[in-house]
Amino acid sequence: MKVGLSPRLRAAGLTVPLIAFIAVTFIAPLGTLLTRSVYDAEVAEILPRTMAVLADWDTSGTPSEAAYATIAMELLRARDERTLGRAATRINRIESGLRSVVVKTPRRLGRDVGTEPPGAETWRDALVAIDEAWGENATWRAIREAGQPFTSRHFLNAVDLETRADGSIAAMPESRRIYVPLYLRTLWVSLGVTALCLVIGYPIAHAIAHAGSRWSTTLLVLVLVPFWTSLLVRTTAWIVLLQNQGVVNDILVALGIVADDGRLAMIYNMTGTFVAMTHVLLPFMVLPLYSVMRSIPTRHMDAAASLGATPMQAFRRVYWPQTLPGVGAGSLLVFILAIGYYITPALVGGQSGQLISNMIAYHMQTSLNWGLAAALAAILLLAVIGLYVLYDRVVGIDRMRLG
Amino acid sequence: MTAGTAFAGRRLGRYAYVGFCACAFVFLVAPILVIVPLSFNAEPYFTFTEGMLRLDPDAWSLRWYRSIVEDEQWGRALANSMIIGVAATLIATTLGTVAALGLANPAMPGRRLAMGILISPMITPVIIVAVGVFFFYSNLGLAQTHLGLILAHAALGAPFVVITVTATLAGFDQTLMRAAASLGAGAITRFRRVQLPLIAPGVFSGGLFAFAASFDEVVVVLLMGGLDQRTIPRQMWSGIREQISPTILAVATLLIIFAVLVLFTVEWLRRRSIEAAA
Repeated sequence: MKVGLSPRLRAAGLTVPLIAFIAVTFIAPLGTLLTRSVYDAEVAEILPRTMAVLADWDTSGTPSEAAYATIAMELLRARDERTLGRAATRINRIESGLRSVVVKTPRRLGRDVGTEPPGAETWRDALVAIDEAWGENATWRAIREAGQPFTSRHFLNAVDLETRADGSIAAMPESRRIYVPLYLRTLWVSLGVTALCLVIGYPIAHAIAHAGSRWSTTLLVLVLVPFWTSLLVRTTAWIVLLQNQGVVNDILVALGIVADDGRLAMIYNMTGTFVAMTHVLLPFMVLPLYSVMRSIPTRHMDAAASLGATPMQAFRRVYWPQTLPGVGAGSLLVFILAIGYYITPALVGGQSGQLISNMIAYHMQTSLNWGLAAALAAILLLAVIGLYVLYDRVVGIDRMRLG
Repeated sequence: MTAGTAFAGRRLGRYAYVGFCACAFVFLVAPILVIVPLSFNAEPYFTFTEGMLRLDPDAWSLRWYRSIVEDEQWGRALANSMIIGVAATLIATTLGTVAALGLANPAMPGRRLAMGILISPMITPVIIVAVGVFFFYSNLGLAQTHLGLILAHAALGAPFVVITVTATLAGFDQTLMRAAASLGAGAITRFRRVQLPLIAPGVFSGGLFAFAASFDEVVVVLLMGGLDQRTIPRQMWSGIREQISPTILAVATLLIIFAVLVLFTVEWLRRRSIEAAA
């Protein structure tokens, strides 16, 4: 026989291609996400000389004439290079209202500006004449802040904190606290959905596991059909069922339970999110429970009964403890999936049923505040990694099974 | 408590249990079943018309199915879904099967850590993956390309292959490989002629899982795909959000049929691999 690599190396070598592939296509993107949440050099690259001048500024009052002259030149160049909007957006995020100031300044200065300020003694006078904001301390602080490539701003923002003018970190005013309440709502919805899945899924799994072989296959199929059916199909189904003119409301009206003008609002709110998410995640609870229950012999319950236990006692003392691994596995799986859910709340949640992932998507697609989106996602990622480690401790990752 | 009331209580408990289970199964399946008849609605409504309830043939029609065929957007979406799904599945299945062979080997060092890394794409919320992938692939110029989506979907699908094939290999009789080796077969021949045919059902069902994961994925497509990468779920997403019409229900019905086919194929493969192991 040939002398080859050691078995250890050969086994490890087989896993290398996929590990490398995952590292490049999946872990590196997560790294970029983490970087994005603390690093943004856009303004520093668009206004490099301004930042160099501002580095010597003591942040009180307004900076020197040199700073005014430099930023005027760089704003003019940014306009010509079409990077002005990107800088303006970022500065505006720190001090709202500055976008228009930044954008209009080079426009008012006009074209063909030389090294001399047009129509004024100094650059300072020229800029303040365009907008009084140029004479204010807060404007320059914001520009300086936006020019810092490394920032904790997004993370502070993501947990509803802000940096005060004196450099201290404090909670945002009540009315602007959005994200912590949203994280808490996500947490409660996920816990609620997990609990509902457990309450509904436990008897289902029990029925499949102990119904006898003929029934059990049929019942298992009833769980696997929704499991394999597209998420969008299932969400559409709930829209069809629950909407105002939908099937459920029609039945309730036909039965005279609700009046035609008193149709229930069951969708595009929190109820919609709850019902649809429970339905979508239920198979992930049933399947691990079923695989544990299948291995519990029915004679355990018979033995408990023959020793005089009531069915309730036998269940509580004999059956339930044996199903705990399945309860743990199913609950953690459902909870992990629930806290990151996006599609279902986005389609059936309306305003009140949105979760943190919907806010991440909003900042990615609509407000284009990618740094904040990355910070919100990074916090969510941390929570999931924590749960993942917990899952590994409780269940063991290598014991994961499908179907 | 007398024996009589205990018995009655037990019967009542039994009825409650059966009733609850029946409701739970209805909750699971009814929403999906409701879609099917509604997709044959002759009217552009999402509810049963009186005519449909009377089983009036005029109230039923195939018009929404016709509109899928006539609307070339759905055709293009299907083509995109197939291209991305098949390519991602091939990558995920090849790399996943090879990795599973390593993981199933008792000599594998650091198995738990390797498994943890390989499964992580399945556990990470897709919205996080989508954001990260968007940033990273944009830097590489892969955003709004088929290749970018194929790579992302392959990463998302690989864990399914790893899990399924590792489970299949747990039932594989290693003495067969030693027997083949004693007959002079090299490592490649042993794998191709002995091991692969026996674990093929597992590999195939892992591939089906990976394909289904790609075929149903919409968040990454939403963030990273452009107009030219619209897949079936992406098309459904805009259908539900923008111009909701019963065409969506017709597509949904076709996807349900697809799901049932996949389900029975996977079950059939699972039985085969159990028989092969026995």
